[in-house]
Amino acid sequence: MSKIGVFVCHCGENISATVDCAKVAETVGNYDGVAFSVDYTYMCSDPGQNLIKSAIKEKGLTGVVVASCSPRMHEPTFRKACAEAGLNPFMCEMANLREHCSWVHDKGEATTEKAIDLVRILVEKVKYNHSLNDIKVPVTKTALVIGGGIAGIQASLDIANTGHKVILIEKDPSIGGHMSQLSETFPTLDCSQCILTPRMVEVAQHPNITLYTYAELESLEGFIGNFKAKIRKKSKSLDEKLCTGCGLCTTKCPVKKIPSEFNEGLGKRTAIYVPFPQAIPNKPVIDRINCTYYIKGKCKVCEIVCPTKAIRFDQEDEIVEAEVGAIVISTGFTVKQPDFFPEYGYGKYPDVITGLQFERLASASGPTLGEIRRPSDGKVPEKIVFLACAGSRDPAKGIPYCSKICCMYIAKHAMLYQHKVHGGKSYVFYMDIRAGGKMYEEFVRRAIEDDGVNYVRGRVSRIYEKNGKLIVSGADTLLNAMPVEIEADMVVLATAGVANEGAEELAQKLHISYDPYKFFAEAHPKLKPVETNTAGIFLAGACQAPRDIPESVAMASGAAVKVAGLFSQDELTREPIIAVVNRQAAPVYSSCVGCFLCVSACPYQAIEKEEIKNRNGEVIKSMAKVNPGLCQGCGTCVAFCRTKSIDIQGYTHEQMYTEVMALLNEY
Amino acid sequence: MAEFEPKIVAFVCNWCTYAGADLTGTSRIKYASNVRIVRFPCTGRIDYMLLLKAFDEGADGIIVSGCHPNDCHYTSGNFHARRRWIMFRSLCDFTGIDTERIKFSWVSAAEGAKWADIVNATVASVRELGPYSEYKKVAKYPEREVSHG
Repeated sequence: MSKIGVFVCHCGENISATVDCAKVAETVGNYDGVAFSVDYTYMCSDPGQNLIKSAIKEKGLTGVVVASCSPRMHEPTFRKACAEAGLNPFMCEMANLREHCSWVHDKGEATTEKAIDLVRILVEKVKYNHSLNDIKVPVTKTALVIGGGIAGIQASLDIANTGHKVILIEKDPSIGGHMSQLSETFPTLDCSQCILTPRMVEVAQHPNITLYTYAELESLEGFIGNFKAKIRKKSKSLDEKLCTGCGLCTTKCPVKKIPSEFNEGLGKRTAIYVPFPQAIPNKPVIDRINCTYYIKGKCKVCEIVCPTKAIRFDQEDEIVEAEVGAIVISTGFTVKQPDFFPEYGYGKYPDVITGLQFERLASASGPTLGEIRRPSDGKVPEKIVFLACAGSRDPAKGIPYCSKICCMYIAKHAMLYQHKVHGGKSYVFYMDIRAGGKMYEEFVRRAIEDDGVNYVRGRVSRIYEKNGKLIVSGADTLLNAMPVEIEADMVVLATAGVANEGAEELAQKLHISYDPYKFFAEAHPKLKPVETNTAGIFLAGACQAPRDIPESVAMASGAAVKVAGLFSQDELTREPIIAVVNRQAAPVYSSCVGCFLCVSACPYQAIEKEEIKNRNGEVIKSMAKVNPGLCQGCGTCVAFCRTKSIDIQGYTHEQMYTEVMALLNEY
Repeated sequence: MAEFEPKIVAFVCNWCTYAGADLTGTSRIKYASNVRIVRFPCTGRIDYMLLLKAFDEGADGIIVSGCHPNDCHYTSGNFHARRRWIMFRSLCDFTGIDTERIKFSWVSAAEGAKWADIVNATVASVRELGPYSEYKKVAKYPEREVSHG
């Protein structure tokens, strides 16, 4: 006979304002098997938990139902309290009286009645609960970091410095990400390369970090502590061990007019190339789409000039398998491209460029060696216009959010322009100036007050060419929406930061969720910003939302601490909510008939074939068996099973049918 | 005469719709109190015989809801649930069970308002259909009285 204790919480007035808690406790107290029933103001408080603990001890309770808030909130709290009083934690269930009842219905009898029903179904369920024990799984103490921008670099270094192994993969030929493209950084105006490249070198030299550049994640299986990753190392057409990085091949390659990705199309590169001089690793790759040999079948100049004979034209992609315990995703972001701004003439007028292109113009390592010259004719622009919110905060463009970094980098761009082009005039069209951050507002004020950048509050409707000038036509909303036209030599668009093209595909490979903008979703917007909904997978940097450098670095360090915390344990404890196949005495062994429909249903390949053999080694029965390490407890197999031989602990057939039968029965 | 109050049972998954219904609560969006929620780990776990059991026990309407396609916490449980629902629905049509009384939907953890709308819409439509007395007549088979003994 069950002895169940029911504990009805008032949650201050959150529940008791609309539900008659005393009546719930009294009614439920009369049910069969309920040995104790009480209501109290705050069940989750210390005295509330003590009430549960002492009732378990004094009344010898065999099951507990706490009727309070959502189990998604406090189930761990109450299960822990039960465990402390000596009751198996899985004998505790929660009825959700707050989120599903008191907060969504008005005060009245119907609401109290619903509360009673909700408690009753769990009282009935708990009668069929079984004591369960946590499952222990080992942890592979190697982390996989996907994306080698500043966030990935920081996360890799932080994890590696705690003494754990890290595999860092980067899809481009070099690590560094967008930060390596930047000229100078706000709000200090220190050179981006100067602070980034030492970190890149540190990654390459760290004994705990294995770096795979020009590599992408092929597939991922497994679960927290025990992932199996397949990494595709794209062919570089190069034997990296032999290559010394002398760069002779890149100077001799005859294909010299490929737009450089690193310079955002403003510079040219060869078909065999190193993206930029400080690249890590500083070894070239052959771009097979543009290489003459791969197009026409002859050339091989690089092979001929290579002093160490390192070129391998027949090299194939290599798949590397790695066992990892945790994953940090730091794949970053991209910016909106030409066709997105027909009204601004991006793509049509060469002197309308993006913010990232301006970074390359202003960078000492850029195509103009740091001089601000317009792409069309190489002249120094005398008048330049910067457009904030090009795409951002524009629901009509499908990007209602703020890209966050643009206000700051536009102020920086305008400042850099004023420093480099004396006597030049710069204008910024903006909607609002969002300069939240340490020394950020001061930085923008400096641009306006010290460097004389003209800020115009208003949006630009159109940019067109007239007499060799770009006419920027907008309105000044601080002057009663007075139309403004500026004859500019160059226009810089602060294009919206958006999710990477392959973000959706990657999320599906990793089984993590993403928001409507395809940025990866964090587990909780405030309290779990670096976790994802999939245990063991963490986020860092702009793949989660637009982020600036300090935030990306902080997130990366946060994610690294989560990984280090995970790796500090030798074994992980997992909830025993998993599927099991029933076992019986010989000669039946199990009601499972071995149809293996469950195998086809299981998304985790957690169900294996088990063969029972007689003394002669002959197979006498073949049946399903669940691998408790792989099973995640979705229960899809349970609904599939024709003989009801597989069941899921915590949501068994008995429990679910009992719940349904208790739902509507009038007592 | 008081208005007919239908009994609605909701079978929801833990990760999306249960959390979505939690959000309805935290957003204090009011909806009809006729619904009783049963929590499952995943819609893929829902054995559709449970739906018939709910009608057996006197339910007038049923809601089944989980994560949106591609958003399943367990990758594909909701696709299995959807495929099973298609089969189950034609079986219901064949046997004469009123599929108008079963609402199949997707509610994500961020769609608190949608949950309230679905409950209200289901309650309203089932209220119009009236009590499911035809099913109850058939379901009251004689063995049932002794089966609990």
